[in-house]
Amino acid sequence: MSKEEQKKVLKDLGSKIVHQIKKGKNPEIVFPLRNLSNIVYDQKSKTLKLGNKTGTRSFFNVAHSKKFLQTIEVASVIKDKLLESGKHSSLRDVFYMVKKTIPGTKVNLVDDQTESDKAIEDLEVMTSLSREQMHVNANKNGSIAGKVIIVDKGDTIDWSKLGSGGWAIPSNVEEITFKNVDAKYVLYMEKAAVWERLNEDKYWLKNDAIIIASQGQTTRGIRRLLQRLYEEHHLPIYVLCDGDIYGAYIYSVIKYGSIALAHASERLTIPGVKYVGITMDDIEKYDLKKHFITLDEKDYARIKQVAAYDWFKDNKEWQRQFKMMKEFKAKVEIQALSARGISFISEEYLPQKIKNKEFLD
Amino acid sequence: MAQTTLLGSTGKKERITAEVLAEKQQSISISEFFTKNRHLLGFDNPRKALLTTVREAVDNALDACGEMKVLPEVRVIIDEISTDKYKVTVEDNGPGIVRQQIPNIFAKLLYGSKFHRLRQSRGAQGIGISAAALYGQLTTGKPIKIISKIDPKAKAHYYELHLNTKTNEPEIMKDEEREWENKDHGTKLQIELEGKYQQGKLSVDEFLQLTAIANPEASIIYKAPGAEAIEFARASQEIPKETKEIQPHPYGVELGTLMRMLKESKASSVQGFLQQDFCRVSASVAKEICEKAGIEERTKPHAIAREEVEKIFNAIKQTKIMAPPTDCLSPIGEEQLLKGLKKEITAEFYAAVTRSPVVYRGFPFQIECAIAFGGDLPKDELARVIRYANKVPLQHQPGACALTRSIIQTAWKNYGISQSKGTLPAGPLVISVHIASVWVPFTSESKEAVASYPDIIKEVRLALQDTGRKLALYIRKNIRAREQQERIGLFEKYIPELAASLAILTGEKKSDIEEELLKILKKELKGLLVEVKEAEKTEIIGENVAYGEKQKEIDNE
Repeated sequence: MSKEEQKKVLKDLGSKIVHQIKKGKNPEIVFPLRNLSNIVYDQKSKTLKLGNKTGTRSFFNVAHSKKFLQTIEVASVIKDKLLESGKHSSLRDVFYMVKKTIPGTKVNLVDDQTESDKAIEDLEVMTSLSREQMHVNANKNGSIAGKVIIVDKGDTIDWSKLGSGGWAIPSNVEEITFKNVDAKYVLYMEKAAVWERLNEDKYWLKNDAIIIASQGQTTRGIRRLLQRLYEEHHLPIYVLCDGDIYGAYIYSVIKYGSIALAHASERLTIPGVKYVGITMDDIEKYDLKKHFITLDEKDYARIKQVAAYDWFKDNKEWQRQFKMMKEFKAKVEIQALSARGISFISEEYLPQKIKNKEFLD
Repeated sequence: MAQTTLLGSTGKKERITAEVLAEKQQSISISEFFTKNRHLLGFDNPRKALLTTVREAVDNALDACGEMKVLPEVRVIIDEISTDKYKVTVEDNGPGIVRQQIPNIFAKLLYGSKFHRLRQSRGAQGIGISAAALYGQLTTGKPIKIISKIDPKAKAHYYELHLNTKTNEPEIMKDEEREWENKDHGTKLQIELEGKYQQGKLSVDEFLQLTAIANPEASIIYKAPGAEAIEFARASQEIPKETKEIQPHPYGVELGTLMRMLKESKASSVQGFLQQDFCRVSASVAKEICEKAGIEERTKPHAIAREEVEKIFNAIKQTKIMAPPTDCLSPIGEEQLLKGLKKEITAEFYAAVTRSPVVYRGFPFQIECAIAFGGDLPKDELARVIRYANKVPLQHQPGACALTRSIIQTAWKNYGISQSKGTLPAGPLVISVHIASVWVPFTSESKEAVASYPDIIKEVRLALQDTGRKLALYIRKNIRAREQQERIGLFEKYIPELAASLAILTGEKKSDIEEELLKILKKELKGLLVEVKEAEKTEIIGENVAYGEKQKEIDNE
């Protein structure tokens, strides 16, 4: 979609409202609901999608008017300040661009950033423009290393020559181009500390791999980058997480999509991704029982919840894993492998598992 | 005999030592005992001594009126004699006291009908008026003065009494018949004591105000030192239901008490004892207990050995016995609670709940709660908590009390009231909680705080939640109407903003969009104002919210 088309989408949104106003109608906007009740797991595409339920927001309604105003104000700021100039800005910048006290009142148009963030998400689902297409970025997050050369904003970057820090993944990876990709697979891990271990051991060089880590949850930028490597370069993607229910969920978000971003599933999910570890079977095999962390009530509740999700419900392998979690009454971190030697993970555990194709799907 | 074993293993010498000791113990005078234990009895310091004296006298006065079923008229006068000496005068319109009883009631410690019985009464919470009289006597040397009249046609009796601190017997200083003009019946007493009068928290003033709230049928006239007399006016003509005395329930009896009861019983057999001296024990239940204890049911009660008492005690625990009757309780009642609170505390909204009686370990009890909200009450302070046990205010040790704890444990945020973790709720709020019971479990002998039994905590919480829901309803309606009104005003301010944004998005003229929006606003306004009216209509400002519906037993949360 070209810049001009993107601007037109926002203009059309405004024109529809002005049309209603000129007809003397209480102006309203309709948008798909984004709560759990409107999330559907699509068996065919194996992704989470938004259902058909919609909500309506009208201006002359005491409960809606401020949100209505926020949405339109954010749309006009994005069109006028970002798309027109071709510049990008952060979520925080957008907050400050719309933040003001409405003249003659003590009311702030937005009181905190969550309100402007929400308005942007609303615009995403209403217009099907992505946040990136609206030139709004989140903070960069995560690190990457491998034998890959890319071009980003005119700069050529070699992922194999970035020392101990690696390349920091921006939230918008739409505009980077791959010059040379020399790898057999991509390994994604949920922990920055594990990435540093592998980077120091030059795992990516020895195994012809690209290694990517996030700090905490997998951001949109990382998910999109993984998807591009998968689709454009046909690289298998392997996921390495803690051996617990939260790791399983991180994996499922990459594979099937998340509840919060169900409207963006198409651009983010990777149905072919595989889970490399830590599995419950690894615990027996690598003798990790002495590094158990006991589950608490919250963990059990989450296991129950996740096991019942549509996309896990009929997956026998994963149901077996969940059952074992409950039997062990414990979870185990990736770093527990360090007890067997500091480079055990990069020299034995990962090469072995990947060579033998010991994956969960 | 127990003492001998304690002192030594065998031999005559120890026995002699024990006897000597016993003799010594006897010679400890009552005055010494009193001085040593004054903190247990509520006379720790001059200020509290004054409060305790007034409290004992007023409790007795209200109990007396309650028994006679008259609307109480109580007068309390405190005169300052010197900087640390005060004269307390309390007069009631109760039935009066027969002449022979007067010396024992007022000048003998631990005498009185309330001490051993199971009945909801105010007086059971204090050591008694005689302790106040003794305190006065010890600190000023002055006798207690009593005048009492039992019949409009008869003369009144006047006594001046001392308590013999060696024998715990009354000494009559003066005993005469007197005229008591314009009085049909009633009692007036006067005690001089060392004390300290101070206003504010834990004061006599506060005590009387709180008493007036819980006893709206009473008229209390009060004259503090150096002040004009004031009246806590009667707000209700309804005389509270009479409380009934009940026999102990087997589940509530302790081992020691059971032993004593067996010794003192007039019954000729154990089975008879169980049937006659307890409530809810039928012949078959009594037989079942004897059977389970392995005791012949015709055994004489005083012939039961100690180990056998324990067997009976355990057998009781294993036997299914019907819960005790609960009609022995006299709650204040929802309507009366509201009347009492309204007359003394100015607020916007009141709500009250009286829960059904429940039984805990053989003792019936009942929880009530009332709240006042808004109006002139301070907005930025913690809620004021008023605690009652059997209609008597508990002013001391709020932190140790189950009633306070329940208030803290209740999630007031759910009801629109702010609350920090582990503290009382904050806001223009008064919360009063009352526990009525034949036996209120206090944390200590000073009877200032209710012990935290789970069942009590739970009942209080349910009562609070119920009033909380009523309060939330009121707050929501009120605030909603106010907010609606404000938001309608905001539309006018929002219109230029929306018009400006739409103009940027579409390239249309801002003024055109603005004009059209103002037209729509005019059209929509009617409907919006109706919404506000609807919200306002449901308001209940300043009205007595006598949500009188009784709590259903089932609302266990």
